[in-house]
Amino acid sequence: MVNGTVIPLEVRDLNAWYGTRQVLKNVSLAVRPNEILGVIGPAGGGKTTMLTCLNRTLELAGGRSEGIVRIEGESVDKVDPNELRRRVAMVLPLPVGLPMSIYDNVAFAPRMVGVTNRRELDEIVERCLTQAALWDEVKDRLDQLGTRLSGGQQQRLTLARALSTEPEVLCLDEFSIAIDPVTTMRIEAVLVELKKQISIVLVTNLLQQARRIADRTAFMLLGSVIEEAPTEELFEFPKDKRTHDYVNGKFG
Amino acid sequence: MSAVPTPRRKQRRVASAASRYTEKAIEALIYLCGLSAIAFIVAIFVFIGREGLGFLVTHLVEMLTSTDWSPTQDPPVFGIVALLAGTFWCVGLSLVFSVPVGLGAAVFLSEFAPPRLREGLKVIVELLAAIPSVVWGFVGVMIINPGLQAMGARIGLNGLNGAILLALMTLPLLVSLGEDALRAVPETYRQAAIAMGATRWEMVWRVLLPAARRGLLVAVLLGVGRCVGETMAVLMATGHSINIPKGPFDPVRTITATIAAELGETVRGDAHYQALFALGVLLFLITMAVNFVADFALRGRRTR
Repeated sequence: MVNGTVIPLEVRDLNAWYGTRQVLKNVSLAVRPNEILGVIGPAGGGKTTMLTCLNRTLELAGGRSEGIVRIEGESVDKVDPNELRRRVAMVLPLPVGLPMSIYDNVAFAPRMVGVTNRRELDEIVERCLTQAALWDEVKDRLDQLGTRLSGGQQQRLTLARALSTEPEVLCLDEFSIAIDPVTTMRIEAVLVELKKQISIVLVTNLLQQARRIADRTAFMLLGSVIEEAPTEELFEFPKDKRTHDYVNGKFG
Repeated sequence: MSAVPTPRRKQRRVASAASRYTEKAIEALIYLCGLSAIAFIVAIFVFIGREGLGFLVTHLVEMLTSTDWSPTQDPPVFGIVALLAGTFWCVGLSLVFSVPVGLGAAVFLSEFAPPRLREGLKVIVELLAAIPSVVWGFVGVMIINPGLQAMGARIGLNGLNGAILLALMTLPLLVSLGEDALRAVPETYRQAAIAMGATRWEMVWRVLLPAARRGLLVAVLLGVGRCVGETMAVLMATGHSINIPKGPFDPVRTITATIAAELGETVRGDAHYQALFALGVLLFLITMAVNFVADFALRGRRTR
């Protein structure tokens, strides 16, 4: 609890392994309400693994973890994993339009939890596609295959799908890796708008992206969080020399 | 760049010329292999067509309207309705068993089985494919036959017996092609479904099966093609009696079994002989049609 408000997502002393290789070492992070937490760092630093601990997909990938992950104060181990994954939405690096219509892509998750009323589904689909800044481009062809959209559109479709479960926390793992700069900027604007309602974890390999939209930023290196600070502070006055070197492009 | 010594350059040009000839030769060889496959198919069709096509054309109406196949009677009757019914009855009945079991096994292997179990099971499934069809016929006569009689069949050698054998024989094909089709579905689809809170079953049912449906259809159609052409097992196990089946326990006779059983007794060139070749042409056309549909479905998958 910070100032009486529940912390949406909290990670404390988290360790994770693939086999005998330790990929996370005592990671502690917290996402505050209505903020974007940027996570930066070179490849292989454990950023993606950290995300897989948040929605418990690490175990599916054959890893294991120890430590505390809490969603709204509740340990994620006590939440049903499928329920957890609806509360902690994930946007993966590569855009994935599922091989069904655009409409069905967005209605997929609501249908799984039993929403069958057509008008209700229509509303969800329109809301999510609008939030993801895709509605205007596809509203006349919702029955077209999601796989036929361009890469940038598919990534916004992925985002719309992630929002369809009304998550409390939205995680994005290097979402801009396969899409064009214009779409990237549009999604960034969407995220800034979205944080009024939910909390966002933005793992990114683009330093400038974190700098543009993250409220606070954490720097991860070799499985540890080296430093976590308000974004400007981390970039301008890093306390750790390794952070300084990384944000100034000396390695990475 | 002008400092590169000339001899070295020359050497390189010679080497690349030689490799170009090898390349050409290999290309020609592959081309020939491809052509030969087509040539064999054409040759087979010409061979059976020459003996049977004329008969098929002149007797088509009689063949397709009569249920009486009495080639040695005087005058002979060449009705194949019962034979066609026997073939499609066995094939259809076998699909009732093989499709759910085969595709279910494919889903299990590709999505649920731990890696070591999967490898073990795949070896066993491939072993199943190596059993000769005459051995299956033996199983039908010695094991399924008394089993069906115990279940109340008047005759154990019947359409159901043949269908069970056909199902067992096509299972390996369905399982391995079905598994291929499922594994061809991008991993990202699975991750996307799981990330939205889908259980594994929901993921399989709502994402994987629709995404792999063309590949699965191809697996089933190739299985059908195999069933239609299967001879020895159905000859031994179906009772070989000309009959339009009214239930699973009725003995039947298939087109393939008819050809296999009667060709040795005919006089080369007479009507019976030609009729059997006409059956061959028909069989060829049926399997080819099935394969074309499968191919069409597969192409649709590629271009999508």
